[in-house]
Amino acid sequence: MSSVMKRISLIFRSKANRALDAAEDPRETLDYSYVKQQELLQKVRRGLADVATSRKRLELQMQQLDQQSKKLQDQAQQALGAGREDLAREALTRRSALQQQGADLATQHANLQAEEEKLTTASQRLQAKVEAFRTRKETLKATYTAAEAQTKIGEAFSGVSEEMGDVGMAIERAEDKTATMQARAGAVDELIASGALEDHVSGGKDDITRELEQMSSDSEVEAELARMKGQVGPGPGAPAQIEGQGAPAAQQAAPTSQEDKA
Amino acid sequence: MIIRILAEGQFEVADSEIDKLNELDAQLETAIDGGDEPTFAAALGALLDRVRDAGSPVALDALVESDLVLPYESASLVEVRDLLSDDGLIPG
Repeated sequence: MSSVMKRISLIFRSKANRALDAAEDPRETLDYSYVKQQELLQKVRRGLADVATSRKRLELQMQQLDQQSKKLQDQAQQALGAGREDLAREALTRRSALQQQGADLATQHANLQAEEEKLTTASQRLQAKVEAFRTRKETLKATYTAAEAQTKIGEAFSGVSEEMGDVGMAIERAEDKTATMQARAGAVDELIASGALEDHVSGGKDDITRELEQMSSDSEVEAELARMKGQVGPGPGAPAQIEGQGAPAAQQAAPTSQEDKA
Repeated sequence: MIIRILAEGQFEVADSEIDKLNELDAQLETAIDGGDEPTFAAALGALLDRVRDAGSPVALDALVESDLVLPYESASLVEVRDLLSDDGLIPG
């Protein structure tokens, strides 16, 4: 028998045997193992929930990036319409960076989905084995005679502990991957929050929006000024008179307020 | 004989398959020693495919120990090296 396949199975077997040898009465091992199996099942379910949470967070971020990307596209269009090619170029450059980020997230999302599927089937396999073990355990305890039960307990125990080793590894891999994803997701959140991508969801305005708004408000001011000039017509004396009346009143009021403070 | 592919489950494989599997297993070991990731991935893939093709899945609720255990499909070279060390990846 050759190497790789055999060596891995021997390691699994020796771990199971060590656990079995440690117990004085094999029946105790059955109960103890069953407790461990339940714990592992809980762990698998928690792991699955963690992976699902990470996946949902990624989906939200992908959505945000997508919305932001569409918004930048609109802004580029708007800027170009206003004759501001520089602003349009800036918007498109940012959009391209966002799309790159979005593609990365899509890859991570696919990985997480695959991990979720693997854990789901692992959890189903373990569940079936644990159930079979429970039945076998009760039978063995009821009909226990030291000589023959020893072997049977050993068989049941090894069968389930191999599965536990397998699932335990799967969980650890999933946890590692989830941790990596969460760290990366945190970085994307920070990027959005820092204003580099600008969080449009919270209503914050980015610099391109501000500039576009400034442009349109500038032209509104000009239009309003032109309209007012038309209405006022000749007669520049009137505003000056109002100023002349108001100024002395303000000067009188100033000392009073200083005395109050003192 | 019963062969487990980690993260996938157990397969019942006819004993007559052992020569072919040993051959693929030897190639896998050479690939591990060689340290080239693509060669290793190809060798592992070939061995796993053979087990899946030649074997039939063992019932989920069967409590049987495997005669042979194989790494999971996506395992990297480093992960398999860890698997092969006693205090490596396998918990417990």
